[in-house]
Amino acid sequence: MDNKEIILDVENLNTTFISDRKKIRIVKNVSFQLKRGTALAVVGESGCGKSVTMNSIMRFLGKNAIVEADKIQYNALRDGKVTEYRLENIEKPHGPEMRALRGPEMSMVFQDPMSSLNPVYKVGDQVAEGLLQHNKGMTKAQAREKVLEMFRKLGIPDPEERIDCYPHQFSGGMKQRVVIAIAMICNPELIICDEPTTALDVTIQAQIMELLKEMQLKDGKSIILITHNMGLVAEMADEVCVMYMGRVVEFGSLEDVFDHTSHPYTQALLRSVPVLGLADGQKLETIPGATPNPADLKGGCEFADRCPYATDACREKDIPMFQLSPGHRVRCLRYSEYPVVGSGEAEVAEVQ
Amino acid sequence: MSENKEIIFKVQNLRTWFPITKGAFKKVVGHVKAVDDVSLEVYKGETLGIVGESGCGKSTFGKTLMMLERATGGQVLFNYDGEFRDITKFNKDEMFDFRKKVQMVFQDPYSALNPQKKIYTSFEEPLVVHGMKDQAQREARMQEVLKMVNIQPDYLMRYPHEFSGGQRQRLCIARALEVMPEVLICDEPVSALDVSIQAQVLNLMKDIQKELNLTYLFIAHDLSVVQYMSDRIVVMYLGKIVEVADSRALYDEPLHPYTRALLSAIPVPDIHNTKKRQVLEGEVPSPIHKPSGCAFHNRCPHCMEICKQVDPTLAVQNPENGHMVACHLYAEQQKKLQEEQAAASQA
Repeated sequence: MDNKEIILDVENLNTTFISDRKKIRIVKNVSFQLKRGTALAVVGESGCGKSVTMNSIMRFLGKNAIVEADKIQYNALRDGKVTEYRLENIEKPHGPEMRALRGPEMSMVFQDPMSSLNPVYKVGDQVAEGLLQHNKGMTKAQAREKVLEMFRKLGIPDPEERIDCYPHQFSGGMKQRVVIAIAMICNPELIICDEPTTALDVTIQAQIMELLKEMQLKDGKSIILITHNMGLVAEMADEVCVMYMGRVVEFGSLEDVFDHTSHPYTQALLRSVPVLGLADGQKLETIPGATPNPADLKGGCEFADRCPYATDACREKDIPMFQLSPGHRVRCLRYSEYPVVGSGEAEVAEVQ
Repeated sequence: MSENKEIIFKVQNLRTWFPITKGAFKKVVGHVKAVDDVSLEVYKGETLGIVGESGCGKSTFGKTLMMLERATGGQVLFNYDGEFRDITKFNKDEMFDFRKKVQMVFQDPYSALNPQKKIYTSFEEPLVVHGMKDQAQREARMQEVLKMVNIQPDYLMRYPHEFSGGQRQRLCIARALEVMPEVLICDEPVSALDVSIQAQVLNLMKDIQKELNLTYLFIAHDLSVVQYMSDRIVVMYLGKIVEVADSRALYDEPLHPYTRALLSAIPVPDIHNTKKRQVLEGEVPSPIHKPSGCAFHNRCPHCMEICKQVDPTLAVQNPENGHMVACHLYAEQQKKLQEEQAAASQA
């Protein structure tokens, strides 16, 4: 595949945090590629590093974070021509180079709409800020027109009136639409949504998801959806990336992950969620134990202590990725007869 | 099935309204009708699930049953060994006694345990308050409840921060069980927990219920969790009950348009699911300015003229399983049914 088809290419991303003078690796050798115009779901429990991965790519993290990667390549497609950006080489995460990308090329929707808006500015001004920042010479009146257009597109009722309201006058679902408007206003190609509907009711969640799906299908946007809701994954995603304790444990297309679920963690995750219409008396399966503290991990498979299939070999050294079929990769020794792919070799070498 | 069951809570026309005040003299200009005219019965030993979107009054309803919020009107009758007494009229001592029988588990296990006190201190308090004087006896009871929730008894000397979220929620459940309640009101007990931990807590709650013959009032916004836990489900919308049904019946044939929309809005983790989703327009209106007539009419796909004017009443739709619904779509059928019953009782 060439750069035209792939919008984001991440190879061996490692993010380390310094806390109490100790280095704790939160994201470990994460590699994935996002195809243009598709939706990728990143699934995992809280603390598995899914948000940190995305924040590392956007270079949002503070000074106590060290982001290292072989490659974080963003391919911008403008008028049929591809421009490559190597995000890991940009020195200043808050400098002009990175800021030129955030907004017009890639943007992020955060989890909590209540806290991602500034309560003392009108919502219209907050949405227009990005526009005025990235388009020198645009007048405020022009920006306002654009914001109104975006509000109409996102289904905010009476936009002419609502544009001059403050965030507290909006309900949760409407606030999330405003946050999406901020992310969308500069017409980015890649939208990263970090649990966009966790704070919202199911009926509102359905509305927001419909909106995102439409953006992907109609406008050809590429979407990364971070979530822990397997139901949303099944509805939204083209590809799924399952993470556990900072590692990608399974990666594949929707069919691969749901119909040929391979990693024990993914299997357990799918079976432990209550689904509507369970038969009477049917019990939910549980995953024993709790997620470990990332500072206490000793090496080997992170899931071994909670895994029903764990053997001694699992705890010995880091597990490489095995390729079950083209595009379907699993980090589990039960599939050791399959070829090792990608980052696997580097990791094994590192342990030795 | 429900006729031969013993009733433990009988709620009649319960109202919890919060006044809205304005000006320096706190003039009351209106009310937030958080719970408005709710009547229902809770049977002994069952799990009654209460679902609804945020702001529909489900938590206020749970709190009113414990009198943590004062009821504005109506009655809450509690079964004292066959005798029904109205808890809204209880004085302090009676209330104290009542709280031994009904306990509550709150949503956020991180803020429900005092971070400065050892679990031992937090656990001892309810026993001391409720008059267990002998320390050895208290310790025995504490260890007993900890065993029930699968936490090692020697963890009593730890502080809350040493526990994970799931363990903390189990501790909260254990503490509620100490005084041997008959009813446990659980307000969103698993929504703060990770998916892999949710299942552990839900299964544990089911096991404890079987062991102690507890009655649960399970309040949650996640219909799939409620459906897994409950025998019967109450669906609330803007302070009113719109549908009551057995959990299976609610899933198999939801009657109220709101319940249908709620069910179809839940994303299903199955990629072969081809069911077309019905997306509701708009949002829950503010409970201060409730729409006239049926509160759901401005979002309802089947809205008729009558819905805008007359508020439908909750009536039995299917006498076999006690399926009740408040919707004008079923008014004719329900009327016929009532006439039949009246005729039958006369004959």
